[in-house]
Amino acid sequence: MNNAGIPIIVALLASTLRLATPLIFAALGGLFSEKSGVVNIGLEGMLTIGAFFAVYGSFKTNNPWIGIVFAIVSGAAIAAVHAFLSIHLKADQTISGVAINIFAAAITSYLLMVLFNRQGQTDGVTSLYYPKEAMLKIPVLGKFLAELNWYVFIAIALVIVTNYIFYKTPLGLRIRAVGEHPKAADTLGISVYGIRYLCVILSGALAGLGGASLSLSNTNIFREGMVSGKGFIAIAAMIFGNYKPFGALWACLIFALADAFQIVAQGLGWPFPSEFYSAIPFIITMIVLSGFVGKTVPPAADGIPYEKGEK
Amino acid sequence: MKNKKIIQSAVSSLIFPLVSIIVAMLVAVIFVMWAKHISFIKGFQVMFKAIWNGSFGRKDNFIETLVYVIPLLFTGLANAVAFKTGLFNIGVEGEFMISIAVGAIVGTIQGIPPVIHVILVLISGTLAGVIWAGIVGYLKAKVGSNEVVNSIMMNYIALYFSNYLVMGPFNQKGLAQTADIQPSAMLWRFLGENYRLNIGIFIGLLMVVLVYIFFWKTTWGYEIRAVGINQYAAEYGGINIKKNIILAMAISGGIAGLGGAVYVSGIQHHAIQMVSFTGYGFDGIAVALLAKNNPIGVIFSALLFGALNTSSISLQMANIPKQIVFLIQAIILIFVASDYVYKWIAEKRRKGALLNE
Repeated sequence: MNNAGIPIIVALLASTLRLATPLIFAALGGLFSEKSGVVNIGLEGMLTIGAFFAVYGSFKTNNPWIGIVFAIVSGAAIAAVHAFLSIHLKADQTISGVAINIFAAAITSYLLMVLFNRQGQTDGVTSLYYPKEAMLKIPVLGKFLAELNWYVFIAIALVIVTNYIFYKTPLGLRIRAVGEHPKAADTLGISVYGIRYLCVILSGALAGLGGASLSLSNTNIFREGMVSGKGFIAIAAMIFGNYKPFGALWACLIFALADAFQIVAQGLGWPFPSEFYSAIPFIITMIVLSGFVGKTVPPAADGIPYEKGEK
Repeated sequence: MKNKKIIQSAVSSLIFPLVSIIVAMLVAVIFVMWAKHISFIKGFQVMFKAIWNGSFGRKDNFIETLVYVIPLLFTGLANAVAFKTGLFNIGVEGEFMISIAVGAIVGTIQGIPPVIHVILVLISGTLAGVIWAGIVGYLKAKVGSNEVVNSIMMNYIALYFSNYLVMGPFNQKGLAQTADIQPSAMLWRFLGENYRLNIGIFIGLLMVVLVYIFFWKTTWGYEIRAVGINQYAAEYGGINIKKNIILAMAISGGIAGLGGAVYVSGIQHHAIQMVSFTGYGFDGIAVALLAKNNPIGVIFSALLFGALNTSSISLQMANIPKQIVFLIQAIILIFVASDYVYKWIAEKRRKGALLNE
């Protein structure tokens, strides 16, 4: 990307927002799932699936918006498997999530062979059009806005929507009730399984969209390993954000800033090895989690399968 | 009477993994059909022929399968130990990787007598694993931060740190690797230099026995298992939860680290720059789960996963995407995760039996 003529601070902030976007989608997905009481460690796999099918959809139809629909649907579909395993079959949710992650890596690599006849990465496809020139004409913020993409706006809007759903609507109250005390919710006639299915599938749809924001934005290819831990960082961000949408947003921005700083810092010529900068986001995640985790409160019934009619 | 019960329980605990494996294989055939546009029967034949020939059918391939089994024995055991304590050490991968780098570095030191040098490599690798997992265990016990997220972070830190060591201070000029370790640091390849099989496999089997003895014949092992089954009951019984969490993570990391050291001194002989993970640690999760965290079971599930990995070459030669083996592994894991179904069926049967009386 040509960053000539842009002040470094603007470039840093814009790339922070761009890098935060997939994290925000995945973290919101994680929120829905965990608020309803289902641990979703499979976000990594759902991002992978979404990233692949976004490119595949655009490849098939030459329409990136259809690619995004593909990403959302495929993410929701794989999440439905996780939902079925953890809600009806009462699987260990961590194991199920790990299985989803391994399955996603395997199936996308397989489909890369079968559908694209390629190994490692896909061909370039039609990417999402972003009116960079028009944005540049906007006064003051023009240069900054031109460096973003549509996903950034969608992600921030979804944070606001999610916050509204959780704390201002009956549905949000039900979700939280199911995650905190499923038995009480059941007694009041709320369908625990129904809410949990809805939330887990929604979390997959959001993570799928997050995948699309990785593969079909400033890039237009799917590459194996392109997700590389973003799903896990999103989980960490969600915990660090104390299981609240805006908390998660800030946490994602901090991690993304560490990530963006790595790119900027490598250009500064400081005497650190490049591997050090690559490790920064992960080190920060650990420090932050260990420093703040005592103050965060997960939903009371998080990770516990609900059995109807159990005393 | 007692014997009959033992046989019954052995059979019922074997049926579940066997059914999972068979169903996963059958599902995989569907993907073979799709990739090659052939019928189910044909796909079944082609896939099984390729997997069999690639893993057990030929002498060379069988030996190579056993080479794959070596790291899986260690990573499988490492995961099983953590699961037994109710912990999920997804960081086995990182512990394995960091000890490859450390083992390779210690292995290149000149002028140490043969046997002592190998032992030094193994000890240093083990220590690296203990430290890597110990950090996670300590944070879990003292601060309460999630061991799953932390150990994933430690995996990435291990990846970058070992790449730094390999490409930085210990780089072999012109290559993306460290120098080869000294002959004195290599594990004995008892089938000759043409085969990579080495006495590491016996170290692995020895570890299986040691873990079994530790868990079922010592007080320490008993305490760890008790914490895994019910933390609160264990604490009420006077068992120190925090101590046992750190201990279990350290043991788990130590076994993974020993595995990495065996890998470098027996199989690879140097550490290389890694683009992504080795995969042995993650495979170890599946190995442990399929074995239901039983050390003896780890031997058999490591053999299965080793065979699947080795057969990826012969699958490719049969024009089947090698990713099939990863799909099989993932599907096995999905079935393992859903073992509630089996309990549910058993329960239905029992209820049915009661009604019939």
